[in-house]
Amino acid sequence: MRFIEKYLSTITLVMTAIAIILVTASIYLIFMVAPLEKVMGFPQKIFYYHVPIAITCYLSLFICFVASCMFLWKGNLKWDGVAASGAEIGVILATLMLISGMLWGKPVWGTYWTWDPRLTTSFILWLIFLSYFILRSQPNNEVLRAKYSAVIGIIGFVDVPLVHWSVKLWSRGIHPVIDIDRDSTGIHPEMLTALKVSFAAILVIFILIFSIRVRYSFLKSELQNGIEHSQVE
Amino acid sequence: MGFWSSVFTIVKKDLVLELQGKEIVTTNCFFALLVLVVFNFAFDMSALEIKKSAAGLLWIAFFFAGSLTMNQSFLHEKENDCLSALMLAPLDRSSIYVGKMIVNLILMMLAELMIITIFIFLFNVNVMERFFWQLASLLFGTTGFIIVGTLIAAISVNLRAKEILGPLLMFPVVVPVVIAAVSFSDGLINGESMEGLYAWLKILIAFDIIYLVVSLLVFEKLVEE
Repeated sequence: MRFIEKYLSTITLVMTAIAIILVTASIYLIFMVAPLEKVMGFPQKIFYYHVPIAITCYLSLFICFVASCMFLWKGNLKWDGVAASGAEIGVILATLMLISGMLWGKPVWGTYWTWDPRLTTSFILWLIFLSYFILRSQPNNEVLRAKYSAVIGIIGFVDVPLVHWSVKLWSRGIHPVIDIDRDSTGIHPEMLTALKVSFAAILVIFILIFSIRVRYSFLKSELQNGIEHSQVE
Repeated sequence: MGFWSSVFTIVKKDLVLELQGKEIVTTNCFFALLVLVVFNFAFDMSALEIKKSAAGLLWIAFFFAGSLTMNQSFLHEKENDCLSALMLAPLDRSSIYVGKMIVNLILMMLAELMIITIFIFLFNVNVMERFFWQLASLLFGTTGFIIVGTLIAAISVNLRAKEILGPLLMFPVVVPVVIAAVSFSDGLINGESMEGLYAWLKILIAFDIIYLVVSLLVFEKLVEE
């Protein structure tokens, strides 16, 4: 742990460099190498970022869920910091996912929004975690805030499969699904490379932002503890 | 005290309180009735259209009324710091949650049955034609709503903006209940066969079980000082 703390700025710098390289590479692959999709044409290019963002978003909210469970179990406020970071980045990614999806939907489906199961599930998830932040702004007591938001973090994430199940029954979906396993009818190999590189890029950016955000929350609580200590003395 | 006897004590206490004031059931009914009247003017429907949207109308009225009920359930414990006294009492903490939940369920079901009776008279649509299935949809739908609602009421009672935050935290989470309960009731009213409708009942029951387990696990941690 001490080793990481000592070299943190260097690690951050290296990660940033890797992220820049990966993003540049993915943009090159998306626009120069990957072929134009037959039916959708140019708007299909959004897909290379939309899909990684969506997966990373769920990953981030899953981290929030696990950290919320850990907080309620162990009672260590550091877990609350991790949960809040996961939720915060998750909401940002969810917003990006919804916006990029809508921009893709307009030319391809002819509408920005439809109540398709995947869209609705993401939208509900977005609403739940927005309410998570409204909740976080409320209590002045740190421990209470951590407890309450942990509960919402848990019941919010548990809701995802249930929402998806019910919405799926309620309306038939039009959201495309890509089968990567079948190499003949699935996705063009160059498209797949572009997707993989952009996925790596998003993942590295996510880890970078997430580690900075977690460090920020740790430092903030340390600072607050320090201030309280000095006031007591 | 055993778990169920302490649950029973809490239920009895809250029901006695409610019988003396009769606040929640009357306000619930009246509020839901007002919602229905407003809907009637807002949508201006013929008898056939009412039959098609009856389930949606009723459930929206129930959910709005229910969010008022939830807020009340821990609010009167706040006066004179009764909640702390409850925590100090030598009983299993989850029994407080279960007790509150059962009280809310009883009050909500009472209000719902009254609203439905009034609805049948006012709009001349018999929504209870398949009585037992409709009762099942009311029971499981309301239970899901209340399981989450009671847990969130325990949170929101301690917040500054308690009246608004309760519904705000609750509604996104109970979306599966809204979808499944409305679709199930709607299918029953409009004479769909049960084969297609079992799936909705399954969702409601699954939601109830999952959230009951989660709430019981979480509630004790939530209220401990």
